[in-house]
Amino acid sequence: MVRTADAVVIGGGIHGCSCALHLARRGISVVVVEKDHVGRHASGVNAGGVRRLGRALPEIPLSVAAMGLWHNIAELVDDDCQFVPSGQVRVAENGEEARGLEERASLLRDAGFNHEVVIGREELRDLLPAVSPHCVGGMVVVDDGHANPYRTTMAFKRKAESLGVRVLEQVRVLRIAKRQGTWRVDTSTDPLDVPVLINCAGAWGDSVAVMLGEPVPMQAYAPMLMITARMPFFVKPVVGAQGRTLSLKQFANGTVLIGGGVRGNAVRTTNTASLEFGGLSVNARTAAQILPTMRGARIVRCWAGIEGYMPDGIPVIGPGRQEGVFHAFGFSAHGFQLGPIVGSIIADLVTTGATAHPIGPFRIDRFDSPPQRQRDALT
Amino acid sequence: MKSHYQLAIVGAGPAGMAAAAAAAECGATSVVFDEQPAPGGQIYRAVETPAAVDRAILGVDYWRGAELAKTLRDCGVDYVPGATVWQVSPTREIGVTVDGTAMLITADQVIVATGALERPFPVPGWTLPSVMTAGSAQVLLKSAALAADGAVFAGTGPLLYLVAWQYVQAGVAVKAVLDTTPISNYFRATRHLAGALRAPQYLMKGIRLLRGIKKAGVPLIRGVRDLRMRGDDAVSAVEYRRGHDWQRIEADQVFLHQGVVPNVNLSYSIGCRHTWNEAQLCWQATTDSWGESTVEGVAIAGDGAGINGALAAEYQGRIAALGALYRLGTIDADERARRAAPARAALAAERRIRPFLETLYRPPKYFRVPPDDQTVVCRCEEVDVAAIRKAVAVGCVGPNQLKSFSRCGMGPCQGRLCGLTVSELIADFTDLPVSEIGYYRLRPPIKPLLLAELAELQTPAASDR
Amino acid sequence: MFTNIGIRDRDFVRVIFEDQEIMVPQGHTVAAVLLAEGIRSCRETPVSGAPRGPYCMMGICFECLVVIDGEPNQQACMRHVREGMSIERQHGVAQIGPDANAAQDPAE
Repeated sequence: MVRTADAVVIGGGIHGCSCALHLARRGISVVVVEKDHVGRHASGVNAGGVRRLGRALPEIPLSVAAMGLWHNIAELVDDDCQFVPSGQVRVAENGEEARGLEERASLLRDAGFNHEVVIGREELRDLLPAVSPHCVGGMVVVDDGHANPYRTTMAFKRKAESLGVRVLEQVRVLRIAKRQGTWRVDTSTDPLDVPVLINCAGAWGDSVAVMLGEPVPMQAYAPMLMITARMPFFVKPVVGAQGRTLSLKQFANGTVLIGGGVRGNAVRTTNTASLEFGGLSVNARTAAQILPTMRGARIVRCWAGIEGYMPDGIPVIGPGRQEGVFHAFGFSAHGFQLGPIVGSIIADLVTTGATAHPIGPFRIDRFDSPPQRQRDALT
Repeated sequence: MKSHYQLAIVGAGPAGMAAAAAAAECGATSVVFDEQPAPGGQIYRAVETPAAVDRAILGVDYWRGAELAKTLRDCGVDYVPGATVWQVSPTREIGVTVDGTAMLITADQVIVATGALERPFPVPGWTLPSVMTAGSAQVLLKSAALAADGAVFAGTGPLLYLVAWQYVQAGVAVKAVLDTTPISNYFRATRHLAGALRAPQYLMKGIRLLRGIKKAGVPLIRGVRDLRMRGDDAVSAVEYRRGHDWQRIEADQVFLHQGVVPNVNLSYSIGCRHTWNEAQLCWQATTDSWGESTVEGVAIAGDGAGINGALAAEYQGRIAALGALYRLGTIDADERARRAAPARAALAAERRIRPFLETLYRPPKYFRVPPDDQTVVCRCEEVDVAAIRKAVAVGCVGPNQLKSFSRCGMGPCQGRLCGLTVSELIADFTDLPVSEIGYYRLRPPIKPLLLAELAELQTPAASDR
Repeated sequence: MFTNIGIRDRDFVRVIFEDQEIMVPQGHTVAAVLLAEGIRSCRETPVSGAPRGPYCMMGICFECLVVIDGEPNQQACMRHVREGMSIERQHGVAQIGPDANAAQDPAE
């Protein structure tokens, strides 16, 4: 039996569920197709960072808008998603790094943003009493924070479903073809006929793009995370480092999550991500050097999730080349915080053909070689 | 210790010790890592230096381990006691901590011989101090010559009766044995009696144990179908029910046991495929006739690949080692077959008793899937049945999702004490087969790893310098 | 209550359990020593503060966590006694650092 709907969303991660939710709120009927189960990959197993701190410039307007939604997340999805506005801090370990933070802050001020605040040695110690004596300062965003990623993704899914969205799990998209103005999506179960198709396939987003004739140079990696046994409460904000890879946060239950993007191996065909302990060792050393208390922590579990990375480190968001196609994938390991707003942007595009948010830098055709772009412009 | 071995064996129980001996006979460079300070595993724990003066109390079977331990010591493989293996990667990179130093080494072939652990026994009050397992009672007996006077033993399975018998032999008072074997199991098991009679030594041993317990005047209460532990800061009484009424026995020490199951944490974390064994009610790694798992170069030997007992483990260890030696190119197929033939014949004989034992001592559902909402399932994070029921009701589809919903299975034991209960509970709530519910996705480190040790991890390149 | 059923000749070592000196057989695990001394509970859980004692004696259940020589989260059933070893019960969330039991309150 052929299913029909106003739109199909491919991928049941945070972005897919957010798109479905925002579309449903505007009266669009949506089917989400997920090859595993909702939140199985990057959306469910990421570090849960909810930050504006340190983002690439083009992402900042979106990130700032998303933050507004995060601070009232329960209004959107009827669940607090365990969002904690703990603040985020990026530590400078030497004068050069501190100068780098100053330069960044002035760059942001020039662009009209003042959420990132540079702090000195004393302020850093007030904020992070456990910080190593060698650290000289940092940069803070006070109302950034963290949330529970799996719970958040599930909350978006449940809310979307309550508004009539159908979520099909363990259904794989096999082929996509245009037939009489609608998209025919062949799946591992029944086919779908829809006028609008939204690619939120995360680390598999490039495969969907290929089906639509829009290949992109995406790579899949598996950022690794480790979590400790419960520890006494000793660090409130999420801690990053200016000169090294680190993201460390302590949850209300006392466990500490350490990550930041050290990569393991991803095998997309088998859905597996394997760990690389040499990399985790470097990550552990960084944590111990910035927060010496961490030396006594016990790592109880490590994992890695499969994520899609674009060459320029920012996602693809926006319309595709063919009518009725929209993309939101390749978030390059920092898409979780953007989830609430990206769904809203896609819903703008689907329902009105435009959005007030500046999404130009995320165009899918930005990777085309210049002659290709010229050819596209001519046709 | 070297940075690379042809063969690495994890565990120095019967399977690991036998595998090491077989590898040494054929001259492969091998290492045995074991967490304990001396060889033997749990079954032959402390066999080189038993604590008790009176050797007879442990029974004759125990002393077989002494020969295996001696062979391990003498055969020329690198034996590394006190070694915690916390990861084996699919490419056979091994993470191990010895004396507070964590290091990575590599091996061409790996044999996982991590044995068994006792099945969870989630009853109300099972987390109270002085409620322990029958296995723990035996460890204390073997390694420290300690026994608890006036203890109650509750549950089912050969180990429960063996330890109670060993207590009796040692002249220690046993207050009662509360037998939870369902009466219907006796009838079902008669179907497998013919096979069991081909291994009469096990039947005779079982009869002898129970006769010894009864002869000592220990009350043996059969058909117990409800149990709860009572006490404030520690257990002070056991309450049980056979029919309608609760009975109470004052006791300051209780030993629970309802069988053993494969210790799958390492094999799961490597990525080996596991399937649900309905006869043994546990997950077990899929292996071929040489013990090789679905991950190339990784074999599983002994109870870790399905419960068959200590002697079978020894034969499986030998067979797995021969399989590994063949894959290494150390021996050819003919030599592999010839050397394995006696072990194969002995293994087949050992397995004859299993259908009988599995049927007779199959723990009933009401002790595997706790009916009481308040019963703690995850001891580490103190997650009870009600919390799991609630998570399933809001859309939690399996053990991995349950972690995010409730922290169940996220404590330091890494699911060893709750995993089976969780799989079966979710299956029960969702009315799906356990095989479809699956198990926790287990990731290294399979034992908590001190961050400072990880930060100073010694890699092969570094240790070669 | 655990009692000695006749132990082979062993050397004894002196350990300190919460300021109290005890002589214990060499080769015993810390958990065996605690049980032999009649110490049934070795910690309180970080979740509810419930008392717990050794359970599996084979290193898998992590119920017997204690503080040894100031280091928390030590598995009493896996550690063997040494001359002069200091052993303390662990209360709630293990404090990390030399004063392992000095501050237990995990709340901010």
